[in-house]
Amino acid sequence: MSTVPDTTTKIRFAGDGTAFDVTGVQWIINPWDELSLTRALQLKEESNGAIEKVTVISVGLKETEPVIRKALAIGADEAIRIDTAPLDAYFVAKQIAGSIKDDGFDIVLCGIDSSDYNGSLVGGMLAEFLGIPSVSSISALNIENGEVSVNREIDGGKEVLSVELPFVAIIQKGVALEPRIPSMRGIMMARKKPLNVKAPVEADSLTEMISFEQLPAKAACKMVEEDNVKELVDLLHSEAKVI
Amino acid sequence: MPGSVYTPTDYFQIDDLLTDDHKIIRSAIRDWVDRSVKPVIEQACQEHKFPVYLLQEMGELGMFGPFIPEKYGGAGLDQISYGVIMTELERGDSGVRSAASVQSSLVMYPIFSFGSEDQRMKYLPGLASGKMIGAFGLTEPNHGSDPGSMITRIKDMGDHYLLNGAKMWITNSSICDIAVVWAKDDEDIIRGLIVERGMEGFTAPETHNKWSLRASVTGELVFDNVKVPKENIFPAIQGLKGPLMCLNSARYGIAWGAIGAAMDCYDTALRYAKERSQFNKPIAAFQLTQKKLAEMVTEITKAQLLAWRLGVLKNEDRATPSQISMAKRNNVNMALEIARESRQILGAMGITGDFPIMRHMMNLESVITYEGTHDIHLLITGHDITGFEAFHQ
Repeated sequence: MSTVPDTTTKIRFAGDGTAFDVTGVQWIINPWDELSLTRALQLKEESNGAIEKVTVISVGLKETEPVIRKALAIGADEAIRIDTAPLDAYFVAKQIAGSIKDDGFDIVLCGIDSSDYNGSLVGGMLAEFLGIPSVSSISALNIENGEVSVNREIDGGKEVLSVELPFVAIIQKGVALEPRIPSMRGIMMARKKPLNVKAPVEADSLTEMISFEQLPAKAACKMVEEDNVKELVDLLHSEAKVI
Repeated sequence: MPGSVYTPTDYFQIDDLLTDDHKIIRSAIRDWVDRSVKPVIEQACQEHKFPVYLLQEMGELGMFGPFIPEKYGGAGLDQISYGVIMTELERGDSGVRSAASVQSSLVMYPIFSFGSEDQRMKYLPGLASGKMIGAFGLTEPNHGSDPGSMITRIKDMGDHYLLNGAKMWITNSSICDIAVVWAKDDEDIIRGLIVERGMEGFTAPETHNKWSLRASVTGELVFDNVKVPKENIFPAIQGLKGPLMCLNSARYGIAWGAIGAAMDCYDTALRYAKERSQFNKPIAAFQLTQKKLAEMVTEITKAQLLAWRLGVLKNEDRATPSQISMAKRNNVNMALEIARESRQILGAMGITGDFPIMRHMMNLESVITYEGTHDIHLLITGHDITGFEAFHQ
């Protein structure tokens, strides 16, 4: 699970464009991971006890704990925080693989990407490090009589696959309708649920962030009357200088 | 994924003063308001209908009596959590927040604070879950700011009380399952009692044709020789202090709630001012618009700090009724002024239901009057600082 800035955050950069300015940023659960969590909780409820627990795992520093607590408030049974900054996808996948490889899980659900850097890499890398299959772009995930089936969005239609456990499910929209809202009581109970902090494993990051740039500001839109072709052509020629 | 465009205002990083739990609570209620209130509330207001089903959802998420201990169905949260919930609800609509205020502060609070253990166990879990809806009867047709002169009475009949009188301007009246009612006994002492729907002689007609709080139920409670069992009276409170303590809790929530309405108006006006062009530039680039917006964010920031500090005092059980009066008066007035200024920034668009501003403005005209009028709260401050009561001649 990734912690990402709220989607309405005004993005600013500090240090001459070398760092993301986190002042005043509201942090949320990555929306795709929130959908994954929602489906995981539904599967557990549908399983009549066959699914023992849902664990949330996140790579991040202590500041991410409120977001992890929210996942517990929504209904996860326990959480693991790997105590290091998430440097890049390779590094994060290494950390998660290192942490869970001996945990006896059945399915790792992860969002198709995180809404901040949109890398779409962690799920595939994680499966590779764990030596298990992964299925990407899952829009439905069901378990019936112990058989796991998933729907994948493909060009012009959908593909239905039967999957052996364990595997990494890379989740996109459709898998659950909307994320759950934690109840006030759930928020109180989350205080008592375990949030285990683990030390990071040795791993390199393969990328280095050199600089950030803002998108150029959108130019003001000029409206031209529909029958005034001459003005349009003049503007394109003399002002926009594209013809 | 789609999200709300609402950008909350936190100019002085007051978020740093909140706990992680407060922020999780706020995000939960904010998500619920975006999902369940915002999409339906404008039409509900236009049609003068309260979306009653919202009460069930609010109960399930724990928005009723969040400060009531878990044993009685509450969440056992602190007072700042209650405030944060009220802010988010009122960002949706003052009517929805009013329903939660009444249920939490005017019904659950007195049952918890003044009720017997049997009364607590009988009513609080149902009220917390939203399966039972409560109303609060203090104001009468001829006794508003002066509730001590009420004429609703209970007569001791030996094995029960006989209740007669009428209460007016009652939120949740026609949908309530129970009402906490204040009446004078044979010795002229104000007592509180729980009246249940279905008791013979109890009716609750709705007040129609409101231009404010249109998505909220308002009405009367009429008692015509209602037999109320003796076990329904609050054992632990006598006198005007009882209802006033309830109002303190509700007013505290309103001081937080009004900030939500103000932030919604400001956020709408700021976005509109940056997008709307006149004379070839956004109207946000004109000094008079900037004056309005800059004053709004200043006033919101002051109100946020006032509410937060009051919350800390309330958590420590040190908030005085006069402090609560000041915060309720200041923050509701602030919200109403911001609604009016925001409406001006939106020009003619501001009067339509395409934006929430006019709805907030009309709602706030009630909020500035109920739970102690704007003027009465001023006189409470006046009394507190001078020692002279100026309520009556």
